[in-house]
Amino acid sequence: MTGIFEFLYTNMNMVYVVILSIFVGVEVIGKVPSILHTPLMSGANAIHGVVVIGAIIVMLQAESNNFVILSLGFIAVVLGTLNVVGGFVVTDRMLEMFKKKK
Amino acid sequence: MEFPYILEIAYLIASVTFVIGLKMLSHPDSARKGNLIAAFGMAIAIAATLFLYKTGVDSSIYILIIAAMTLGTVLGFFAAKKVKMTAMPEMVSIFNGMGGACAMLIGLIEFPHFIAHPEPLGLLAVLGGMVIGSVSFSGSIIAWAKLNGTLNKEIRLPYYNIINTGVMILTLGLTGAIVGGFALDATIVYGLCALALVYGVLFVIPIGGADMPVVISLLNSFTGVAAAFGGFLYGNKVMLTGGILVGSAGTILTIVMCNAMNRSLTNVIFGAFGGGGSAAAGAGSADKSYKDISISDTAVLMNYSKKVIIVPGYGLAVAQAQHVIHELETILEERGIEVKYAIHPVAGRMPGHMNVLLAESSVDYGKLVEMEEINGEFSTTDVVVVIGANDVVNPAAKTDPSSPIYGMPILDVDLARNIIINKRSMNAGYAGIDNDLFYHSKTSMLFGDAKSVLTKLVAEIKSM
Repeated sequence: MTGIFEFLYTNMNMVYVVILSIFVGVEVIGKVPSILHTPLMSGANAIHGVVVIGAIIVMLQAESNNFVILSLGFIAVVLGTLNVVGGFVVTDRMLEMFKKKK
Repeated sequence: MEFPYILEIAYLIASVTFVIGLKMLSHPDSARKGNLIAAFGMAIAIAATLFLYKTGVDSSIYILIIAAMTLGTVLGFFAAKKVKMTAMPEMVSIFNGMGGACAMLIGLIEFPHFIAHPEPLGLLAVLGGMVIGSVSFSGSIIAWAKLNGTLNKEIRLPYYNIINTGVMILTLGLTGAIVGGFALDATIVYGLCALALVYGVLFVIPIGGADMPVVISLLNSFTGVAAAFGGFLYGNKVMLTGGILVGSAGTILTIVMCNAMNRSLTNVIFGAFGGGGSAAAGAGSADKSYKDISISDTAVLMNYSKKVIIVPGYGLAVAQAQHVIHELETILEERGIEVKYAIHPVAGRMPGHMNVLLAESSVDYGKLVEMEEINGEFSTTDVVVVIGANDVVNPAAKTDPSSPIYGMPILDVDLARNIIINKRSMNAGYAGIDNDLFYHSKTSMLFGDAKSVLTKLVAEIKSM
């Protein structure tokens, strides 16, 4: 039990960030029209590509002769970047269709 | 860290752009701009990490990272640019899987540090990201394979829900044991990763039909949570906010989608849409009769109508007939016939997918009418043309409590004076359920590929 309190105390900033982010996420979506479900899902998909930052950190911290970590990290960075770039481009392509026509 | 302040400010800016981006994405007018704003924030966060996170890094590592990013960018960009609008849901799913795999790899790389120096919270962050990332990765690959038809067999395991829940409990239990320090061993961690991958497969494999987008959305929020665990691991606030935002917004979106179909999330996950109904479909259709109609008769019928409603479905999309349908609409309108499109919330493969497809072929946005508004108009409609749609017009959703789609709101096309259904054959639809509407006295079947049938129909009407 004390462990949990200690954890909350030492990580207070992070705990606040998590709790507030949950509410912001819920609040921000609110009443979304069904025609936007697909682009919204795809846009959110691109945002979780932020995980690529973790992959970059892995590589930055690796020793330059640790080939196992470097190769795995390399793959992770490729996949993460694919998620980010592909996600945003595909969302943009979908939303391009929604522009008002004369 | 030489410039910690600049790095933290870059992360703050990125987090704010994510919130603004998501907010703008939920309104049609600002959506595109919102997407660009979020992309801009992401670029700032990535660039800042690359150059400010750590100094004195060997230049060979920089070369490797930049090479990996270039490769990912080129592949992602061209895949996203080349993909057909009809294949969009698969694409979203595969990108989601890539993010999950990235989180899984980070976990696999980082866990050995904790074997040497066990620390429960660090282990929880590492394993949490790895397990959820793995589930999301294998689940998304299965979703992709199911959507593009690679995996189209009905897969039924006996005691499916028991096996599935068992694997889930085992995965959670093993994670708990490792975090608690009872099973801190590399082999066990690899085993856990494998188990999570298996669970992802088991989780998605029984799901089909209109439930697919719900599952993709759910996996999407999983990957968000996996990214957030990475944020905890590195004390990285942008990964934390970005991940949690997607996790919670994705969960809400998943629930909104379920509500649009009048289905609960547990029903989607455990209900196995498109299951049992298929057996009944084969038996039931034998003793029922349907009538077919020729293209010229259809042309005459339409030409002398006052009001026509088109119900587009995925069959229209696969046949690439969205341009021809627009041509048909134009010709009918020139003759003073009122034409509208009835859009079911889950028409196509995802909510809003049909709008995107029709918008691509320059159908006027105002002609696309949503289900709630158009349902009152069918009774005053002369001809309803259903093209490649099955489940969204199936009256079983209203009348047959044993049907797997019972309770899903449908388009009331049976109220129209004439119903014309274009299909390639009498086979059951995507969800694998038979449709009584096909045997209705007002219904005529117009067999053939949507594109060729519509092209001939346009030519026929033109010559009248």
